[in-house]
Amino acid sequence: MTAVHPIISVRNLTCGYDDTIVVENVSFDIMPGEVFIILGGSGCGKSTLLKNMIGLYEPMAGQVLIDGRDLVTASGRERDEIIRRFGVMYQMGALFGSMSLLQNVMLPLEEFTDLPREAMTMIARSKLAMVNLEKALYKMPAALSGGMRKRAAIARAMALDPTILFLDEPGAGLDPISSAELDELVLSLSRALGITFVIVTHELESIYKTADRVIMLDKDVRTIVAQGDPRVLRDTSENIYVKRFFHRMPSQDAGTPRVDCAAE
Amino acid sequence: MTHHPLPKDHPGASVLADQDGGSLRLMVRGRLDAPGTAHVWDEAAAAAHVAAGNLQGRDLPADCSAIEYMDGSGVALLLKLREVVAAQGATLALTGLSPQHSQLIDLTWHCPDQLDSLIPERRGLAHRVGMAASETLVATREMVSFVGEASVIIAGVIRHPSRVRWKDVLLSCVQVGVDSLFIITLIGFLMGLIMSFQSAISLQRFGGEIFVPNMLGLVMFREMGPLVTAILLAARSGSAFAAEIGTMKINEELDALTTMGLSPMRFLVVPKLLSALAMVPLMTIFFNLASLVGGALVMLSLGYPLVTFTSRVFKYVHYSDFFGGMAKALVFAVLVAGVGCLRGMQTRSGASAVGLSTTSAVVSGIIFIAFADGLFAVAFYYLKI
Repeated sequence: MTAVHPIISVRNLTCGYDDTIVVENVSFDIMPGEVFIILGGSGCGKSTLLKNMIGLYEPMAGQVLIDGRDLVTASGRERDEIIRRFGVMYQMGALFGSMSLLQNVMLPLEEFTDLPREAMTMIARSKLAMVNLEKALYKMPAALSGGMRKRAAIARAMALDPTILFLDEPGAGLDPISSAELDELVLSLSRALGITFVIVTHELESIYKTADRVIMLDKDVRTIVAQGDPRVLRDTSENIYVKRFFHRMPSQDAGTPRVDCAAE
Repeated sequence: MTHHPLPKDHPGASVLADQDGGSLRLMVRGRLDAPGTAHVWDEAAAAAHVAAGNLQGRDLPADCSAIEYMDGSGVALLLKLREVVAAQGATLALTGLSPQHSQLIDLTWHCPDQLDSLIPERRGLAHRVGMAASETLVATREMVSFVGEASVIIAGVIRHPSRVRWKDVLLSCVQVGVDSLFIITLIGFLMGLIMSFQSAISLQRFGGEIFVPNMLGLVMFREMGPLVTAILLAARSGSAFAAEIGTMKINEELDALTTMGLSPMRFLVVPKLLSALAMVPLMTIFFNLASLVGGALVMLSLGYPLVTFTSRVFKYVHYSDFFGGMAKALVFAVLVAGVGCLRGMQTRSGASAVGLSTTSAVVSGIIFIAFADGLFAVAFYYLKI
């Protein structure tokens, strides 16, 4: 039996802005096909960690390996190859406002493939159908609701059939129905396409519904305070940060920080 | 029809019509990734077209059991085949799909064949003209309302100066005045230098270069000083006002002010208007003086003493020229700040909205300034100023 290698390896990563360290010395692996969630309260560095993982920011120390290759040190063609392995959905969708949804999804295909135009259109239509936006092809982003915009952003992120999708706060600002629909979408894409999802969120419902594994960050200790199955962490963890987060307890004096690993 | 060759290491892909025990079917094989799909796209559509043409409404089976790999490109190919077959009145029936490919197809198979109903209707000429007219009317109404509201608030400010946020006025003065000083004096100096030099060369042929200071003083104080200063400030500060207020509008900060019971006009527009009223005339004076320095440099280089230059300038430039220029500067100040703030307030939603407001502030600001300058020219002529 061949060993399964992690699709993403984060090694002793320290990251932040200017001289401010937000997340310090974190290490974890993400396996292919997993729905992996980075969670924690506001300001704990979830999005900063994500931006380091996708190469938008350069780590202060440590490295992020995607399929064993470091995006920061890779250059030219190798970097392009790594980038094409993943897609990203940003918090506000980041759709191009001057383009229709169809044009938004077609853009990466036009830039990176040699497909006939008709094939590109059909791929874009099928991706939008995957996120149930097959009837909004010609709509402009401004004419869409928040949930539709995020689904369209996922369709665009999937345009080049990436193996990893990074989603930054997918449920933020959505009503419960749209948020639940987005969770269903994540699960169905994970099952059907085997896509590895790395999701930044603090929405408990979504976490329980979609996550295979989570890591939890806390802004006080600036590192991972717990990792494992979220349901197990919720039910068994004695860690004060974990209890406060999962049981929605108001802030109180934190105990001694420690790392808590739930059985996987 | 474009040929898309396969990469050397690609195992290949094909879509062929085949007879299976007397009945027609499509055989889909190989690796249906982007290169494979691009390679077979046209052939596959042609094969499906021919095969479906002979079926007259019956199912056309597509055997997918030999598909080695399929991603979004492969799904698009199968959707294309379905579309081609449907156009012939038949139905494409996929068979032999692996469970994983089947799940992938399930996610996309509801994608509609016909796009006609989704394409937004193109508006006719009459409709577009009507829309443009309606937008112009709305913009005009907004402008009238803006001028009215600003006038009422300014009148109120004159009665109750303590209502003005003087700190904001001061900050705005720095933005319009201090930060613009370098560009204004530089352009003024260069314009004075260039105009004097060009005039001196022409007039030298008739021995008339001595009249350059007369011309420069009058032109700068009456006309060019206020005009060029206002145009420079429209480009520099009017656009900045539009961008600032436009960004605030997009971020719902104007709505926040309104719901807090604070008038965006009093809070944002009035300080900018007051600062422009104070700074544009002052900047015009700097521009005029810098242009005189440029002119003096030319006259000195032609061998005339400085005193000749200054005495001729001050002999021929009257108080009426100076104050006429200042009156213009005051009106231009209202136009620069007013148009900048108005365009900011009119900002719509979307990423390009602030850019459009900024551009519009500069363009319409300059147009209004030019019109106002024309009106001043006529008024000065009849008033014999």
